[in-house]
Amino acid sequence: MFDTLSDKLQGVFSGLRGRGKLTESDIDQAMRAIRLSLLEADVSLPVVKQLTSAIGERAHGAEVMSSLTPDQQVVKIVNEELANLMGAAAVNMPISPRPPTVVLMAGLQGSGKTTCSAKLARYYQQQGRAPMLVACDVHRPAAAEQLSVLGAQIGVPVHREDGVTDAIGIAERGIAAAKASVRDLVIVDTAGRTVVDEAMMAELVGVRDAVHPTAVVLVLDAMTGQTAVEVAEAFQEAVQFDGAILTKLDGDARGGAALSVRAVTGRPIFFVGTGEKIDALEPFHPDRMASRILGMGDVLSLIERAQQNVDVDSAKDLEKKIMSGGLTLEDFLDQLRQIRKMGPIGQLLGMVPGFRNATKGRDLAIDDRQLDRLEAIIQSMTPGERRRPEMINGSRRQRIAQGSGTSVQEVNQLLAQFKQMRKMMKRFGKGGMPPILGT
Amino acid sequence: MSDDSDDRARWAELFEISLPAEEVVPQTRRRGLFSRLKDNLTKPRQAISPQLAGIFAPGLITRETWDDLEEALIGADCGMDASLALVEELRDEAQQGRIVNRSEIASGLAAAVVRQMTPEPPRIHIGDGPTVILVVGVNGSGKTTTVGKLAYRLGELGQHVVIGAADTFRAAAIDQLAIWADRSGAQLVRQGPGADPGAVAFDAVASGTARGADVVLIDTAGRLQTQHNLMEELRKVHAVVGKANPEAPHETLLVLDATTGQNGLSQARLFGEAVPLTGVIVTKLDGSAKGGIAVAINRELGIPVKLVGVGERLEDLQPFDAAAYAEAIFSASDAG
Repeated sequence: MFDTLSDKLQGVFSGLRGRGKLTESDIDQAMRAIRLSLLEADVSLPVVKQLTSAIGERAHGAEVMSSLTPDQQVVKIVNEELANLMGAAAVNMPISPRPPTVVLMAGLQGSGKTTCSAKLARYYQQQGRAPMLVACDVHRPAAAEQLSVLGAQIGVPVHREDGVTDAIGIAERGIAAAKASVRDLVIVDTAGRTVVDEAMMAELVGVRDAVHPTAVVLVLDAMTGQTAVEVAEAFQEAVQFDGAILTKLDGDARGGAALSVRAVTGRPIFFVGTGEKIDALEPFHPDRMASRILGMGDVLSLIERAQQNVDVDSAKDLEKKIMSGGLTLEDFLDQLRQIRKMGPIGQLLGMVPGFRNATKGRDLAIDDRQLDRLEAIIQSMTPGERRRPEMINGSRRQRIAQGSGTSVQEVNQLLAQFKQMRKMMKRFGKGGMPPILGT
Repeated sequence: MSDDSDDRARWAELFEISLPAEEVVPQTRRRGLFSRLKDNLTKPRQAISPQLAGIFAPGLITRETWDDLEEALIGADCGMDASLALVEELRDEAQQGRIVNRSEIASGLAAAVVRQMTPEPPRIHIGDGPTVILVVGVNGSGKTTTVGKLAYRLGELGQHVVIGAADTFRAAAIDQLAIWADRSGAQLVRQGPGADPGAVAFDAVASGTARGADVVLIDTAGRLQTQHNLMEELRKVHAVVGKANPEAPHETLLVLDATTGQNGLSQARLFGEAVPLTGVIVTKLDGSAKGGIAVAINRELGIPVKLVGVGERLEDLQPFDAAAYAEAIFSASDAG
């Protein structure tokens, strides 16, 4: 919804081209654009100041002043400084050499602790660990029930004590229960609390001292604004967290809070939450976050998802078919499904640099429901029709439209597009152009 | 005068319910949200923005003062546009000689903030048939808790309330609401987890109408405003409610976490495109979070704030009062 920094800088520097050398005031104008961009991304003010002074120093240097493309030079510097601040490499959550590893979840109300606890259990369960969840939120009604339901969904046991209001006691007995049943990872979910509530912060300290956690994890909403600094500082002071999880990053929040947490406490981000599903938790990559904060897309994550979801053999198969011009609607359906496995189409497109900007975060032209209709149309065809679409005449079209709950026009449109595509593919095949999802 | 009767009076005003004469509290004697927020703010961490306190300290106004003010407003999450507009306004006043020294900026700022917001006090009119209130927002903003507290308040004022548990997605959301319904004496209309939220909403309105309820509150699942399918689902819930009663929903309220930054504007804009919003409820305004994004939303999209939550306790949810808010957050006059 905001202009990306690169667009802004282009605005500043366009019109300067051909005028020869940049002046100091040109650079100052660029620095204001950077400041605004960072603030719009919810990076906290003190951190923005720290960053802009570092960037400013370099921007006034020769590399920008003498460059033919000063906007790109500046973007590069900003990107580097952000990445510097975020830390170079992904940091893993510590795992204790002497099991069980105990993870204590902390955060504000509504940041997503309970959901995250279950996601974390799921993540490590898939890596072969035996997690257990402990429900220590004795304040929010039905919080333990929520954790139980999530635990049941992923087959992870949950320690809960209904009617007990002593969070510390529940935590202690939870750890004991985990040891008794030989669980090697215990995730302790706690109540949300505001940092101004001293009694609640004291409770958290009590729980921490009782369970001796391997890692204290701060759960932070990606949409958090300028308060992120105060929140991070307060939790740091009270419980010395080891790292953070940034939740709800699947929306259009830029997530500047990530930068603030890191800058103020020096603590890394372990994971990011990227969706409603229980396995929507991904390790955090500092470099990608820098691009996101600047609104510049996230190609690497897109490629990674493609690699996870696309089956190499069938991709090779498809490549051959495309080259020979023998692509059928069946292959097309396959392809469509593989792409959809990677996630909602809008989210995928959001990772493409510049795309978010082009659509201003509005309704995307391609939404998942349109793809549903395409699937329905193809599924309403006979296998013969899918292999030889040219045989689909008027009455067949009518039947397909009825069968799929669409209109003849939509069926026509699909067939025309497919024909066009096949023609193009044939041409690519001759020219040796690499296929879309090739290996 | 006790806090309780203060509260009652304020809530009665919001819902335009007349209280018996002996219960009416004169305006001047009300403590209210202002003092409650201040109470919360006087906790150690909460010297209002230390930056603001610095600005308001006696002394001459310099260029730096205005820069500091702009930063303080950005620090309160007002966003760039609203912050610049506010500073501009105050600068004009200074040029016209109405603000001379820094201590006068405080009252000037509070007044300017109020001018950026909807001037009328918020109202939620309760009509004859059941008044339907649809509550929407992103995940974790506090919808369910707010619905619970609203039900409780309405119950206190003698209103017959039906709650529709249309958050059928989040695990145990229905159980959470059931506990609130129990506390407030409201009737809960529910189906199982995973049920069609539109059907639950329809049932709630139909059942509220049949039982002669005064208010039907509908809790919906949290959703990020960029999730197309879930926003479509919300559109449908809104439409289905309209089928049960052509005038419903009478109010569609967006619940906004006060810690939200600039993404709040995107929330208000995109939720508003899916379902026309009649108001915003700001939650978790505890002093650490300043909720300036609500000022930006009111200013840019014209959606007024109707309720505000300043803490966890039941009585911490209050009808919004722009002047009290502006004074508590943006004027350091009595702080600390």
